[in-house]
Amino acid sequence: MSAKSEDMNGHSSSEIVASDRESTPASTSHEADPIADPGLHHPPPRLTDVDPKAERRAERQVAGMFSLASILLVLSIVAYIVFEIAPDDPDDGVSVGDVQISNFTLGITLGLATLLIGLGAVQWARALMKSPELVHERHELRSDDNIREAALADFETGTEETGFGRRKMIRNSLLGSLALLPLPAVVLLRDLGPANGPSPVDAKETTIWSEGVRVVTDVTFQPIRAADLELGQLVNAMPETFEDLPDHGPERINARAKVPVMVIRMAPEELHVAEGRENWHVDGIVAYSKICTHVGCPISLYERTTHHMLCPCHQSTFDLADAGKVIFGPATRSLPQLPLAVDGEGYLIAQSDFHEPVGPTYWER
Amino acid sequence: MSAIVNGAGKVVDFVDERITASNWLKRNIRKVFPDHWSFLLGEIALFSFILILLSGVFLTLWFKPSMAHIVYDGAYTPLRGTGMSEAYASTLELSFEVRGGLLMRQVHHWGALVFLAAMSAHMLRVFFTGAFRKPREMNWLVGVTLLFLGVATGFTGYSLPDDLLSGTGLRIIEGGMLAIPVVGTYLSWLLFGGEYPGDDIVSRLYPLHILLFPGLIILLVTVHLMLLWYQKHTHWGGSGKTNKNVVGAPFWPVYVFKAGGFQFIVFGVIILMAATIQINPVWFWGPYDPAVVSAGTQPDWYVGFLDGALRVMPPWEPEIFGYPLTLSVLIPAIILPGLILTPLALYPWIEQYATGDRREHHVLDRPRNQPVRTGIGVAFITFYLQLWIAGGNDFFATVLDIPVNWITRFIQFGLIVLTPLSFWVTKRICIGLQRRDRDTLLHGRETGVIMVSPSGEFSELHEPLDPHSAYDLAFRERQLPIDPGPATDANGVPNPSYKANRRRARLSRFYFGDVVQKPTAEELEAAQHHELERGDRQQELTSGQQ
Repeated sequence: MSAKSEDMNGHSSSEIVASDRESTPASTSHEADPIADPGLHHPPPRLTDVDPKAERRAERQVAGMFSLASILLVLSIVAYIVFEIAPDDPDDGVSVGDVQISNFTLGITLGLATLLIGLGAVQWARALMKSPELVHERHELRSDDNIREAALADFETGTEETGFGRRKMIRNSLLGSLALLPLPAVVLLRDLGPANGPSPVDAKETTIWSEGVRVVTDVTFQPIRAADLELGQLVNAMPETFEDLPDHGPERINARAKVPVMVIRMAPEELHVAEGRENWHVDGIVAYSKICTHVGCPISLYERTTHHMLCPCHQSTFDLADAGKVIFGPATRSLPQLPLAVDGEGYLIAQSDFHEPVGPTYWER
Repeated sequence: MSAIVNGAGKVVDFVDERITASNWLKRNIRKVFPDHWSFLLGEIALFSFILILLSGVFLTLWFKPSMAHIVYDGAYTPLRGTGMSEAYASTLELSFEVRGGLLMRQVHHWGALVFLAAMSAHMLRVFFTGAFRKPREMNWLVGVTLLFLGVATGFTGYSLPDDLLSGTGLRIIEGGMLAIPVVGTYLSWLLFGGEYPGDDIVSRLYPLHILLFPGLIILLVTVHLMLLWYQKHTHWGGSGKTNKNVVGAPFWPVYVFKAGGFQFIVFGVIILMAATIQINPVWFWGPYDPAVVSAGTQPDWYVGFLDGALRVMPPWEPEIFGYPLTLSVLIPAIILPGLILTPLALYPWIEQYATGDRREHHVLDRPRNQPVRTGIGVAFITFYLQLWIAGGNDFFATVLDIPVNWITRFIQFGLIVLTPLSFWVTKRICIGLQRRDRDTLLHGRETGVIMVSPSGEFSELHEPLDPHSAYDLAFRERQLPIDPGPATDANGVPNPSYKANRRRARLSRFYFGDVVQKPTAEELEAAQHHELERGDRQQELTSGQQ
């Protein structure tokens, strides 16, 4: 192998260029099985290598792409300035259309500019750069045995020098302290949870529903008169006490994740009343937790004719006419039912809190 | 010397006198990189990640990772007066009050989807071509970890804007955590700072999303590329391209320009997507409200299979020692990801055990030449796709106009039946393709010219392959199943490791028992001789007709 050689692209270097090896195909037993290696197959020269016209054309293409990219980059700044999104009068609010125009013009100019820079560079490399096909030999990655042994010997010498094997007391006390090191790191995470207040298990077992709390409509917080509910009607409802919770802090949103109920009126004869729940409904008006017992999505799709309730997240389906039992899907537990009653003015109230925790199953339940 | 070389020379001179850089440069600047379209998949992943980092930094300048309650008074009038978290409000500000903010949000989100898709496709490419084999097992492990980190980063990011969808996603995560035996309730309590959802979670996910996970990704990507650089890229075998060399273009300049250009192409395509295809319009969903859910919304594609698994799981909840074990959530949400990632991570060693092969492999396998491996890969894809379809079963129910319950039942059935079936079908297809390759090698290419012999026999003219194509087609190893050896030696003494050998031989037979071997030199010669004879006869016939 000569130190310097010229390949067909005029490339000069001391590398092993493919064309040099063509005449000496490798022929180990594997490579000659069942036919001998005919050596590298060279692609024919590119059009740009043989035709000066094609070469000039490719040059123009590349330069054109780069120049167009520059123009587009300037245009993107123009778009930034021209397509304002701030409204003339702050009270008016933004126009979503303006935002979309700004987004589109900025994105198109920047996107096309980067795309053209990329295409230009690739085209330059593909059509114009001298591109010798190089062959590099691989070497086995394993070190040779002498070096491996020498490294091992060095390691043993070092280990010997520490006395790690002999000084068992030091070694064991070190290992002991290192083993304990992760513990404080874990313990320090304890205060991720609140320091006081109810335990997680207690918190799961209670909600702000309690005896005599009025059932009010969600969003508008109007009390619900039992007589006003029509047959087949479903109302999303909340406890009246929810409104008093402070806006700030987690208390309100935490309650929001636990207390929503669905109040449905069905014909009393359609209702299959479970044992012990005989007085939980008011003339066929029942209330169930809205939080799915599978993984906690709010349930929302009600089929009026069958009283089936479907969770849109994973399609657990509950029969509201039959104690909220699961009739399809991955949920394992019935929807908790809220015992209802009416107060002196005819409004729906809760008899008590739920008799079981709402939401997904957890270990201590 | 040109100016550019002079300029670069000064820099090299400075660095070289301090860290002997020329020595390294001399060995590496012309490093060979082989070319194939499938090698670009990993590059897409790398470049989309860079774009995610850039757009992400832009987003952090405005985003406020706080769940403090405020009443919205920003530019988007439909939500004015609504109570929401600062995180959601600042996402609205980014979208409506910062020029280019919406673009960067969409670049960031599209970039993440492309990043995970490219990583997955890259991993499939590595799997199907056997690029994970020795000496690249370490890099395979780094890759599996990167995929996991990618999903984790994606999911934590999805949860930050505190809109209705992101909150619903978190609620499902909470449900999954609660299913963990013994500690689940407390884990959730610690993560959310008390009851769900609390007002801590966004500020806790934020450092994971912008610091810890991307930091680990950058670290592992660096390791990934250093290993690739040191071990040199694999290439497709063929004439002149062996297990002992690597053939391709030099790093400087061709590869730098091609890969560097490709980076801008990836950037450009993602930015164009962000300019033209809306993604995650959080202002439509509204702020998170645990009592509201929007039907028909889908998670990001890479979580879809988990959501699908949650949907098709039967409602199992046995009691152990009086405690509920919620298998219906535990299996899909916690066990399934582990069940996928563990064999995936260990696969190089599993195959090494079956093949007993401890050699270095730098030449890629054509998928057909590894029928069992390819079958396993396709079975996994079938399994995954079914779960993914299950994750959108409501969508498919609407499109196909059939009850959603049917799709759930079909997929419950399909996961058990279609998965092994797809393995078997794939394996048979691979073996069929191997048989065709063997025939082509032995008898040459079909020409479509039909000859009739004087006896009325029809036959097709075959044209011999040119030496390069023939060699490329024959470039693979003979794979013979391991022989367990005799149970007892010549003196009737039982071989103590016979049982282990037999187990291994059985696995090896599973892998290679049905493989169609390439012809031997003798078979090839015999066939060519036969073809020649036939050719001669046909020659005679042709001349006879004239």
